[in-house]
Amino acid sequence: MRSYTRWVAVVSGWGVLLLAAGAASLRAQESHIGKLTGHAAAGKDLYRRYCVGCHGPDGDGAGENAPWIDPKPRDFTLAVFKCRSTPTGTLPTDQDLLNAMTRGFVTTNMPPWRPLTNQHRADLVAYIKTFSSKWKTLKPGTPITIPAEPRLTIESVLHGRGLYQKMECWKCHGSKGHADGPSAATLTDNKDLPIRPYDFATGSRFMCGVTNEDLYKIFMTGLDGTPMPSFADNLQPADAWDLVHFLRTLQPLKTPEAALWKAWLAAHAAELKPIGPGGPGGGGGR
Amino acid sequence: MATWFPKRAGGAQASWLVSALVTGVCLTTALALSGTRSKAYTAYSLAVHKTAAIPPFARKYGLPCSACHTAWPELNAFGQTFKDNGYQLMNDRDSPIWQSPAYFPLGLRTTPHFNFESTTKQVVDSTPGVAGPPFAEKTLTQSGFDLSGIDFLMLGTLYKNVTFGLVPTLDPDGTAGVETAFVRFDNLGGSPWANVKLGKFELDNLLSEKRIVLLSNNGGLYQNYHFIPLSDGTNFELGANQIGLELMGHSLNSYTRYSLAVLTGTNGDPGLGAGSTYDAAFTLSHAFDAGSMGVERLGVYGYVGQRPTVFQTTGGTPIAASAGTRKPFYRVGVTGNFSFGKLELLPFLMHGFDDKALTAGTNNATWNGGLLEAHYIVDPQLLLIGRYETIRMSQQADPATPSDQGNIDGFSFGIRRYAFMFSRAGLALHGEYSLTKTIGNLPQSGDGIGPPLTPGTAVWSSSLLLGLDFAF
Repeated sequence: MRSYTRWVAVVSGWGVLLLAAGAASLRAQESHIGKLTGHAAAGKDLYRRYCVGCHGPDGDGAGENAPWIDPKPRDFTLAVFKCRSTPTGTLPTDQDLLNAMTRGFVTTNMPPWRPLTNQHRADLVAYIKTFSSKWKTLKPGTPITIPAEPRLTIESVLHGRGLYQKMECWKCHGSKGHADGPSAATLTDNKDLPIRPYDFATGSRFMCGVTNEDLYKIFMTGLDGTPMPSFADNLQPADAWDLVHFLRTLQPLKTPEAALWKAWLAAHAAELKPIGPGGPGGGGGR
Repeated sequence: MATWFPKRAGGAQASWLVSALVTGVCLTTALALSGTRSKAYTAYSLAVHKTAAIPPFARKYGLPCSACHTAWPELNAFGQTFKDNGYQLMNDRDSPIWQSPAYFPLGLRTTPHFNFESTTKQVVDSTPGVAGPPFAEKTLTQSGFDLSGIDFLMLGTLYKNVTFGLVPTLDPDGTAGVETAFVRFDNLGGSPWANVKLGKFELDNLLSEKRIVLLSNNGGLYQNYHFIPLSDGTNFELGANQIGLELMGHSLNSYTRYSLAVLTGTNGDPGLGAGSTYDAAFTLSHAFDAGSMGVERLGVYGYVGQRPTVFQTTGGTPIAASAGTRKPFYRVGVTGNFSFGKLELLPFLMHGFDDKALTAGTNNATWNGGLLEAHYIVDPQLLLIGRYETIRMSQQADPATPSDQGNIDGFSFGIRRYAFMFSRAGLALHGEYSLTKTIGNLPQSGDGIGPPLTPGTAVWSSSLLLGLDFAF
């Protein structure tokens, strides 16, 4: 009787393990975005049609066009993704991957795949996840909380400007956001390939979106795989919003931030210390 | 009695059949030897005087051809958006300043092929060399190796949001032409809903004849796009590139699209033609996200114009550039593009009207047409094609004309095997059989020479084409 019980226990244990492994495997073969469930099997055909030229048949970013593309295509086998709603070092959510695919990446060869149906994009997300075993063993991170955006004021912009100096953003992005800071030429990504910082002056949108919330998310989660770190441990949410307001003034766009900044500068330009070595420190409105 | 296949004449038939078989075997062997199991499996192309599948775009952006084409040269939803954006990915890297100075936006396409053509009920002298009458009806058959023309496809961006298109063409006999020449200002005011194009361009036909996937004399055109009733002198073809000004707009994913165009009434011929006549065209379509099935699109279109019927004269001779009285014509219809996974259906319906003053008859000429083209995309490298097309006269200009005179039925079957696919060039092994039945008239496709002796009888014209369709 005892041996029978032991036998049942062993079999049950293996069963549970197999079920758990199967569930994890299944999870890695699927994506779940809202009410959509993407299937890797369907995504495989789509990947072959749309993605293989750059990302390669093995998902390692070594497609036939990769040698001529700058920046290089994403290596899905590393499961490291720039645009996430999750903390740095964690896997993105399926929604994050879908958003990135839909939006494309400005100033790169990755186009917006918006014309594909939602289901097809969900299928592609599921297939992309099959390239790394991390999707079987790890869960995506928990999306960060983004507090409501405070009211735009000139104090907020000025404080953000001070943070741009204090956090040394200028070292890469340059004093005017032209991606020409003293460190810009030395930057490399996680594959030791040269990488350029974002140029606020020419980009009509950010790498990971167009809204202020998207910008907030970028520096509170970091762009994994690039030198752009997460500032979640260094910035309070209110400070982060101030930085958002200032960064918006660097873009050649007609934004409320730019309008406010321009109006203020007309009367106070002489009061500003230039950003850079020996700049304004953390000063400003706050 | 009408037959499905043309009557054949012994020796000549055997000759073309042998040639066809030999060609087919050679092409298949070449295909097999060309390494079709290569890891690179995406391709590109263009069709002769027909297509705008542009390998330079692939070279510029590094995308596989299958990203923009269901099977080249036909566009998929992503390719349609790319085109609607002015051949831009909209990633702030579309201006040529971002390209290597060595980059040049030129693509070439042509199709060396074996061709068999046959047309029944052609009128010949009863005794060769002795001018009739009497006349007899014969099936005229030709076959041989041939060349298509060459398209020089130059399209791209001059600057961010400034697009150009220039497509000189060269016929096999050396005749040169300009199929396309335009400049387009994209995203005016930052909106995809406002794009303006000036020059010579393809109408915004949802079912594009420039991207047709059949190539033979009978299958390589849409009969509806070129149909003109008997004794009708209206110089207009929906499939011809026209010269004018187009306002076009689309949603971000191009699911909703519209175009409005004002065009010179010359059917795309350069010069001002018969005075100041302008045509107008519009299209409107909307697509639906059908999940795993794909994108389903339904649209309407219309084209309205006038053509002169009376001219000023000098010394009794008409002055071509001084048209007086003009009379109207129009084409309206519905078209769609429906995906069911690997199966794609392209329905098209049209109603045509030409004023009686344009037809040299006592009635307005009216007719209805339609087609259904089916594509089965086995994979991005293998496409099966079938098409049925029909045109039915609903009112003849001359009441004495048999009611079915000029009616057309067309049948086509084809297969395209893309030997390899990558983002530099493309090669398709193309096989096709197309058959057209025309009642009482010279078929508007194929190699026929005239109408049959007896009005109301059917003329069959068929094409077999085996070719290598390549683009670089």
